[in-house]
Amino acid sequence: MRVAIIDYGAGNVKSLEFAFKRLGVNSSLTSNSEDIISADKVIFPGVGEASSAMRKLKLTGLDTLIPELKQPVLGICLGMQLLCNFSEENDTKGLGVFDVDVVKFSKQVKVPQIGWNTIYNLRSELFDGINNNEFMYLVHSYFVPKLDTAIALSDYEEAYTTALKKDNFYGVQFHPEKSSNAGEKLLKNFIEL
Amino acid sequence: MLTKRIIPCLDIKNGRTVKGVNFVNLRDAGDPVELAKLYSENGADELVFLDISATEERRKTLTKLVHDVAEQINIPFTVGGGISSIEDVDMLLKNGADKVSINSSAVKRPDLIDELSNTYGNQCIVVAIDAKLIGDEWIVHLIGGKEPTSINLFDWAIEVEKRGAGEILFTSMNNDGSKEGFANNALARLSNCVNIPVIASGGAGNISHFIDVFKKGKADAALAASVFHFKEIGIKTLKKELRQQAISVRL
Repeated sequence: MRVAIIDYGAGNVKSLEFAFKRLGVNSSLTSNSEDIISADKVIFPGVGEASSAMRKLKLTGLDTLIPELKQPVLGICLGMQLLCNFSEENDTKGLGVFDVDVVKFSKQVKVPQIGWNTIYNLRSELFDGINNNEFMYLVHSYFVPKLDTAIALSDYEEAYTTALKKDNFYGVQFHPEKSSNAGEKLLKNFIEL
Repeated sequence: MLTKRIIPCLDIKNGRTVKGVNFVNLRDAGDPVELAKLYSENGADELVFLDISATEERRKTLTKLVHDVAEQINIPFTVGGGISSIEDVDMLLKNGADKVSINSSAVKRPDLIDELSNTYGNQCIVVAIDAKLIGDEWIVHLIGGKEPTSINLFDWAIEVEKRGAGEILFTSMNNDGSKEGFANNALARLSNCVNIPVIASGGAGNISHFIDVFKKGKADAALAASVFHFKEIGIKTLKKELRQQAISVRL
């Protein structure tokens, strides 16, 4: 088992490496296309701002490589948002894997949403052994609206998509690597897909 | 539903956890990595590491400590103390910190907030504000509360939000170390004048203080040190009591 964590200069990715180490799984931070294509599983992380992250992906050609990947890919936080069609964050065109637009929370709520929120309507093997209404850690200002195809929902300003799936692509808005034991269980489930 | 956060703060000096009463008279409360692990297992929602000697002595934050903590714990943590440049932040984030907290350096050069926020996103930039009620005005203080400025707390809070802070960590110098409760009036006012989360700090002494800081102080998170370090309040006991009071927490 070899996990490639896509490295494009996005914030704290060290924690993901440590999380896999705690699970006894070999992972590496890489921007090398051969390493990514040949990995058993791919993590597409992301912390920060959408348009500058997309620029970095384009510089290295990762923007065309990622949507073509055949193995299970897990987009986390901004990684998940970049897999969508479009983000309101500086009007950024995404990778178009998930056919949905990312929008901003209104001023009715504090933005960013920071902290532990519950996830429910769990509908994927990614959540095997994870209870409905389990807590996960989230930090974000933009979100994917509620979809029929969501594999998990959370409530903040309104019910929204906190996890989604299409073919071999999975996306989670929360940070499993920072979500205590439940988050580690999710990463373990992803490894075992 | 988003829950209220309970955040133990580990003040660090020479690689050990310390907590001062009114920021002076330091006492030793243990090994930070062990404490971090213990808190994570006992239900802390987040941790803050503050190198309290850093600003005064211009020491850089303990990079190795950040690395060791990130390796062992699976909840988010913030690091503060002596951070004054993008290079400082880069080193901390690369070693596993989730957020950084800036204080005096932001007051001295407010553009630092914009620079950090534009580079790393506002979600990882916490602006810490130490303030003291002087007469009827809350005045921002520097250097761990030792040096007064002419800046009003609420004006500064609005400015840091505009410049890209993702959260505000407000410590009341009047309450810190007193164990007589948080500065709830100032907190509630602060929470109303910005639209980013506010972390309350300074004054925790018993469980009812935490109930008040969420109900009256409108805080999004509460931070404390000695009541946790000296096991005066257990985090699980605290959270059960908060839930009893209809305050939503992660249990």
